[in-house]
Formats: sequence, C-alpha cells, structure tokens
Amino acid sequence: MAGESTPQQQDQDFADYRGVWVLVEHARGRVNTVSWELLGEGRKLAARLDVELAAAVLGNQVDHLVDEAFEFGADLVYRVDDPVLEYYRTRPYCHGLSSLIRAYKPEILLLGATSMGRDLASAVATEVLTGLTADTTMLDVEPPPSRLLLASRPAFGEKILATILCKHRRPQMATVRPKTFAMPPRERGRRGPVIDAPLGLTEADIATKVLDYVAEEHYGLKLQEADVIVAGGRGLGDPAGFKLLEELAEALGGVVGASRAAVDAGWISHEYQVGQTGRTVRPKLYIACGISGAIQHLVGMEKSDMIVAINKDPRAPIFQLAHAGIVGDLYQVVPVLTRAFRERLGGQPLLSA
Amino acid sequence: MNIVVCLKQIIDYEIPPRAFRIDRQKKKPAMPDASLVIGPFDENALEVALQLREKAGGGRITAVSMGPESAIEALRKALAVTADEAVLLSDPAFSDLDPFGTARVLGAAIKKLGGADLVLTGRQSGDWDAGQVGQLLAEELGAPCVNFAFRAEPGGDGRVRLYKETPGGAEILEAGTPVVATVTNAETNQLRLAKVRDLMAANRKPVPTWSAADLGLDPAALAAGRIEVLDLYVPTYDARCEFVTGETPEDKASALARRLVELKLV
Repeated sequence: MAGESTPQQQDQDFADYRGVWVLVEHARGRVNTVSWELLGEGRKLAARLDVELAAAVLGNQVDHLVDEAFEFGADLVYRVDDPVLEYYRTRPYCHGLSSLIRAYKPEILLLGATSMGRDLASAVATEVLTGLTADTTMLDVEPPPSRLLLASRPAFGEKILATILCKHRRPQMATVRPKTFAMPPRERGRRGPVIDAPLGLTEADIATKVLDYVAEEHYGLKLQEADVIVAGGRGLGDPAGFKLLEELAEALGGVVGASRAAVDAGWISHEYQVGQTGRTVRPKLYIACGISGAIQHLVGMEKSDMIVAINKDPRAPIFQLAHAGIVGDLYQVVPVLTRAFRERLGGQPLLSA
Repeated sequence: MNIVVCLKQIIDYEIPPRAFRIDRQKKKPAMPDASLVIGPFDENALEVALQLREKAGGGRITAVSMGPESAIEALRKALAVTADEAVLLSDPAFSDLDPFGTARVLGAAIKKLGGADLVLTGRQSGDWDAGQVGQLLAEELGAPCVNFAFRAEPGGDGRVRLYKETPGGAEILEAGTPVVATVTNAETNQLRLAKVRDLMAANRKPVPTWSAADLGLDPAALAAGRIEVLDLYVPTYDARCEFVTGETPEDKASALARRLVELKLV
C-alpha cells in the first residue's frame, strides 16, 4: 500500500522469521486458559514447521506465569516485566509485544480471541504492518517450504467458513476463541530458557488512563467453565421456557445457555448467549432445546463432548451435529428428563468422578 | 463534539444458511438479490453516538459508509435516527478491499471532513467479520483506539469517557480527543427506531458521494492487500445423530436419560 515502504513490500522467503509464538493473557495474576489451549495447538504447528514454540509473557512480576508457560509446553519464553504492564492497556502492551516481534521475528503469533486478545492483536498488526485473521476456529500450516498459516474462521452470519492467508507479511497473526482447542497436559517442573526484553516506555507516554475498574458478575465465565449446559432457542416460544431449562440444568449441576434467537427475542440476556457473537463453550454435555442450529450457534458449541438435541423438526440442522436426538416437544420431554435425573442423582452433583 | 460513525451495509445476517449461496471460484457470496442491512455492531455504534450527543447536550454526528451505491440506504437509515449528515464513499477501486485498504479510505474521508473528536465503528462488520478496521483506522488518524466500548459519555476537559467490556467486567476510561472506539453490543445500545417525521426528513437530505480521486487516493495502491481469502466454503459436520425412539415423549425422554447414564455422562 502507498506509504508503507517497508522491506516486506516485496515477496520474500522470510527466512529470518521462524518460530510459533503464543501471547500469554492474564489478569490479576491468573492466566486465561485460552493461552494454554493455544500452546497445545501451537505445538502441532511448530512440529509441522520444525521450529520452537515460544510464549510471550508481558506484565508486572510475572515469574510464576513464565513457569506455567513452560509446564504447558513452551520451549522458551520471551518476557517483558515492567510496572507499567501491571494491568492490560492497549498501548504499552502493544509496544512491548511489537518490540519483541521486531527483535525476535516469529513467523506465527497466536492470541486468544478474548476482548484483550482481539484488542492487542489488531493494535500489534497495525504497528508491525502485518495481516491478522480474527476469531479463527481452525488452524493449519502448509509444510515447508511454503510454511503458510491457513487460518479459517466463520463469516457471513457464520454461515460459511473462510480460509485466510497472509502471504506477504510476517508474522502471520491469528486470534482464536477460547475453548476451540483442548488444554494440553501439564508437565510439572518443566523449564526452559527465558529471554528478557525491556519495555522502553513510561507512564507519561500513554494516552489513555484507566479511571476506574468496575467488576461485574460475568455470567459468560461460568458458562465457559460449566460441565453441563442446557441451552434454549427460538423453539421455546416463550421466555417462561427458560424456567424449565433451569430446572433441568440444576438437576444436572449445570447452567443455562441460549441461542442468539432467544437473546434477540428478549427472553434472556446476552450473557447467556452461546455462539459466534456470544461465548464458545466446550462442556462434557450440551443439551440443545428448541435450537434449530444456525452455524453461528454451532461454531460456539460444536466441540462439546456430547451434544443432545431436542427439537420438533426432524430436519433441523442441529441434528447433523448432535450425537443423540429426540424429535419431539421440549415442553413434554424436558420435565421428564429433569425428574429422571433428580431421582437418579438424589440431589448429588453430577460428574463427580 | 464532532462524532463520526462508520457504517457498513452487509447482506442480511438473518438469511438462513440453506438460502445462502457462495461463489467458490470468486470466493464471494453470490447473493445479488439479498436484502441488505447495516452491520449489527455498526448499529450499536450509531446508538452509542446518539446517546452521547444527548448526554453532551449537543454535538454533530456524521455517518460515513464505504460501499456500492446501495449503501446510501444505510446512510438514510442513520439520518432517519437523526444523524446530522452522511457521506457515501463509493468507487470501483473500493470494492473487495481488505481491512487495511478499508481503513485507508475511511481515514482519508475523515480527514477530508476536517477530522473528528470521536470515531465509532462496530467491533466487526457482520459479514466478513475481520474485526480490524477500527483499530487500523485509529492508526491512519494517529489516534488511540479503545476496543469493545459499549457506552460513551462526555468526560472532563473535553475528553470522552468510554465504557469498555473486559474479560471480568467493564473498564471506564477517559481519553483525550481524537479517539477511535470500536463498539460491541450491550443491552443499552440497541439502535432505536426512527420516527416517521425523521424518516421523511432523512430522504430529503443531500448525501454527497466521494470517489478515490475526491479523497486523493491511488486505486492501484489500495488494491495491494495484506491478507487474502484462500477458500470460502460451507462447513460440513460428520457426526451421526442417534435418534432416541419411543411411543410417547415421556418414553423418549426416559430412554435418553438411561442412555446418558450408560455413557456415564450423568
């Protein structure tokens, strides 16, 4: 593009860009597990490219996060440790990560498609003049010599998948939704080399200042951690239907979720939404009640271990994805399930094994 | 306060999957007669702008859309909910731009408007959903970017107070102007309905169209994108559903409950 006279303007073999990086996202000392999921997936990409897998850890006093990154599979860690990085803000984090990229040149950089990861990824892509694919649900690489990252993500109301390439820029960046990939096993005590880099930025250089932090109870987090989700869609026909789903969820020790149709109808708030514009979940059991199965919903729950669908319409797309299904009226089926599980479990929580 | 809201006209995202057609060769949707709407998050951005103008007791909202001639409908809708003015950015050179090219065009238009104190975009378009234009636009304008904002208020000393979604809740920031914010959906920013009187006034307002030449942009330079689409396809799922049978819904439910217990899921 005009005005971007960088050495990357022309096609290159990018031989000086090697390695797969994962940005480790954390807040208040706790890592967002999407980062470890990405180390698990990054390991596969690194193996195909025969390169090292690295974690980038930025923050204030982050030694314990560095140790964890090794235990979840990083071969080496790039660390920027500075009081300015105490909590996440776009500009200092972008500056730190961009400096690392310029100095150590990864070919692939993965971040969680969380509000922080999306924010940081687009800032960094702008700063280092590279391409970015957001909200990917599938990653692959072409083997050497091409080494291209194939990043696929839903588009057009999540009805179709687009596979995106970044041929002429490095690093190739992608954000990935939490729970898209499985957690890798943790190897306690595993360690590796740490490369420290300075931030080179002071508080005075930062244009926005956080005034206040308002902690809210965020339902989405519970949704993402739940082992059992009972979700409702347009087929409920009425907001009162969620009462039935809550009873079933309670009997199973789970939580309630919803499709966008139910949220748009105003039957339940956005925090409960599963899908591309809501949360991505990966429970052991997902029970979809009166959900037809728009792609935008399916991409949010397709990785669930066991999917059960209850729908009146035998041709509903949800049945293409479900492992078990009942063609029938959820208002008749759900109460029987609730009773059966209440009796069976006698009030004991599920999945205790 | 001068507020610019960037709107994209997209194929209606409510069109059901079975009605959606793509041209796999051209890697584009093949939906010439599809209904067109404003991107859902762009509508949220417009509502945030309208509420900010109300809270500030004044200000000027300009709606900007890059797209084909048809995108004037998106701008008319913005005028109908009382945006003050609208500009269409339309040129054959603007079709099929990647997010970097799009940001360049929008940035040039905002500069031609004389700049803005606050620029709002949706967090993603609702069609390709690359989710990058707002941030890239901030870079074009040399302004900071606040992502995933859901509400804006006047701040102290001409600053803007922005409420931003974070993993654990929300952050409130104050930013000096100019600032760009990408807007996410919240219960408080669903776009209001237009009043009939305003609808009629909107249809009478002039909407200028600016081309690449008007913006001083070189079409050849715009065309050199950074990312490209390799493939576009309808995903298939190979899971085979085991339908639970029974005489009555109760029988089916009991059979399913037994099955889940057998599988040790319950």
